[in-house]
Amino acid sequence: MSWLLTAPIAIPFVTGVLAFALRHYRAGAYVSIAGCAALLVASILLMSETIAQGVVAAPMGGWVAPFGIIIVADILSAIMVVITAIIALAVAVYALGDIDATMEAQGYHTMYNILIAGVVGSFLTGDLFNLYVWFEVMLISSFGLMVLGGRAEQIDGGVKYVALNLVSTILFLGGTGLLYGATGTLNMADLSTAVADVDDGLLTLIAMLFMISFGVKAALFPLFFWLPASYHTPSFAVSAVFAGLLTKVGVYALIRVFTLIFTHDPGFTHTLLLWIAGLTMLTGVLGAAAQSDFRKILSFHIVSQIGYMIMGLALFTPLGLVGSVFYLVHHIIVKANLFLVAGVAGRIAGDSELSRIGGLYKSTPLLAVLFVIPAFSLAGFPPLSGFWAKFVLVKASLEIQSWMIAFVALLVGLLTIYSMTKIWGQAFWEPHPDGREPTLKSLPIAQRRALIWPIAALAVMTIIIGLFPGGFIALAERGAHQLLQPAEYINAVMEARP
Amino acid sequence: MKSIILSVGTRYLVGLLIIFSIYMLMRGHNEPGGGFVGGLIGAVGFVLYALASGTEQARRALRFSPEGIAVMGVFCAIAAGIIPAFFGDVFFTGQWWYTGPGGDDKGFVLSTVLLFDIGVYLAVFGGILALIFALEEF
Repeated sequence: MSWLLTAPIAIPFVTGVLAFALRHYRAGAYVSIAGCAALLVASILLMSETIAQGVVAAPMGGWVAPFGIIIVADILSAIMVVITAIIALAVAVYALGDIDATMEAQGYHTMYNILIAGVVGSFLTGDLFNLYVWFEVMLISSFGLMVLGGRAEQIDGGVKYVALNLVSTILFLGGTGLLYGATGTLNMADLSTAVADVDDGLLTLIAMLFMISFGVKAALFPLFFWLPASYHTPSFAVSAVFAGLLTKVGVYALIRVFTLIFTHDPGFTHTLLLWIAGLTMLTGVLGAAAQSDFRKILSFHIVSQIGYMIMGLALFTPLGLVGSVFYLVHHIIVKANLFLVAGVAGRIAGDSELSRIGGLYKSTPLLAVLFVIPAFSLAGFPPLSGFWAKFVLVKASLEIQSWMIAFVALLVGLLTIYSMTKIWGQAFWEPHPDGREPTLKSLPIAQRRALIWPIAALAVMTIIIGLFPGGFIALAERGAHQLLQPAEYINAVMEARP
Repeated sequence: MKSIILSVGTRYLVGLLIIFSIYMLMRGHNEPGGGFVGGLIGAVGFVLYALASGTEQARRALRFSPEGIAVMGVFCAIAAGIIPAFFGDVFFTGQWWYTGPGGDDKGFVLSTVLLFDIGVYLAVFGGILALIFALEEF
C-alpha cells in the first residue's frame, strides 16, 4: 500500500536524476518519456486502489499521524495525479520535437521531471508544511524551466513570476505558523477537528492568509497579473505544462483547505470566494479580448477558467464540487492542448503574434481540426468536455438560486467564443501576411510526429469525456462526497500504519 | 566591482562559512540545523566569492558544476527514501548501522537519515548556486 502511494512521487525524481546523467544524449529525452509512462501506470494503479478501497493513506518513514508526514490519496488526489501523469507524458513526447539539444544539455528533462514530482507531491501530501515544501520544489524547478534559453524577455517574465510567488510563499508560511500556534498540529486531517477549539475570528484571519497565498498560485482576481506576464515567454512545451498544471495546484490546495479545514464560517469565506470567482472569470476573459498574441490570449483564458473551478468550491454544494472536479480535469487537458497547438502554429507559421501569421486552415487543415476541438471545448460547445463542465456548474448555481454567478458563467462562456474566433480568424482563415503557406510538411517527419501525436491524443480524450461523461461525473460525485464528508479522509489519515 | 578588502576578506570567510555549513548539517541530526540551512550557508560562501572575484573564479573553485551537485543531492535524498525497501520497510524509514561494540556504545552511527540530509544539503547548495551564477552571468 505505501509503495503504491509513494511511487508516483519517487518515479519522477529517479527519472530526473537519470535524465541528468544522459543530458548530452538524445537518450535523456527517451528516459523522460519512459519515466512519465511509468508514472502514468503507477497513478492508474493508485486510482484503482482508491476506487476500490476508498481513501488510502500511508505514513512516511513509519511516523504515524499526527506526528509524521502522511501521504494520502482520496478520489480527488488520485484524479489529479492521473491527469498530471497524462499531461506529463504528452508534453514529454512533444518535447522531442520542441526542445533543442542545447536546452536538453542545460538539464531541461531533469527540471521537467522534478517539476512533475513537485506537482504530484502537492496532490498527495496530507501535511500542510509538506505542501509548502512541494510548492517550493515546483517554484524552483519552474523558474529554471522558465528562464531556460536565457532570452531577455524570459528573464523578465521569470523574475515577475518568482517575485509574486515568493510573496505567496511568505503568506503561506505565515498562515501555517499561526495555524500551528493555534492548534499545535499541521496534519490536515488532524487540523480539521483541531480548529474547532480555535477562536473564529483568528481562524477567519488565517483562512484569509491561505486564500491570498493559494489565490496567487491559482491566479485568482486580483492576484493573477504574474501569469499573463510570464506564460508566453518560455518554450512551448514548458508553457503547456505550466498552463495545464501549475495554477491547478493552487486550485487543488484551495479546494482541500476550504473543504477540510476552513469550514467554520462559509457564509463569509465561501461568499467571498464566490465574488472572487465571478470577478476572476470576467477580468480574465476581458483581458483576453484585448490581447493579440496566441499565447497571451490563452494565458488570460487560464485566469478566466480558474474562476469556474473556484465557483464550484464557493457554491459549496455537492453538485458544485462535482463541477469543480470535473472542470479541473477538462481544463487541464484542453488548456495544455491549446498551448501545444499554439506551439506548432508558431513553429510552422513563424510567430505567435496573431497579426503576423495566417493561412493555417488552407494549408494545414489537420492542425485546424486539432485546434477547433480544444477551442470549442474551452468555450463549452456540446458535446465536448467543456459543455458538461459548464453545464454542471451552472446547474449547481441555479439549484441554490445564485442567479448572478450563473449569469456571469454563461456570459463568460460567450465571450470565450469571441476570443477563440479571433484566433481562428487571424491565424487560420486570413491569408498569411507574407504570402507564406505554412505546412506541417516543412517539419522533418520525426519532429512532426512528436508534435502532432500528443495533440491528437489529448483531443481524443476531450471528445471521449464529452461523449461519455457519465462515468467521469459519477467519479467526480464520489470525490465531491469525500470532500464534503471528510470523516473518511480523517479516519484514513489518523489510522494510517506502516 | 573590484575591491581588495572584499576579496581578501572573502578568502577567509568562504572557508569559515563552509566549515560552519557542515557543522550545521551535522548538528541538524538532533538539534536545530540540518541540510537545508547548511546548504544555504555553504552557498552564501560561494556567492560571496563570486561577488568578490567573479563567477568564473567561483565556478573554478567549485570544481563541479552546480547543477551536477544539485542533482547528486536529489539522488542521495531519493536513495535514502528507496533504500528501506530492501529491508522491507516503508518509504523513508530510517535505516541505522552502528560501528560500536553494542550496548550503550553505538560507536560511529551511519544512517539513511544522514544520507537524506546530505542530499538536501547538496540539492540546496547546488540549486542556489546554479540560479545565482546564472543570474550574475546574465
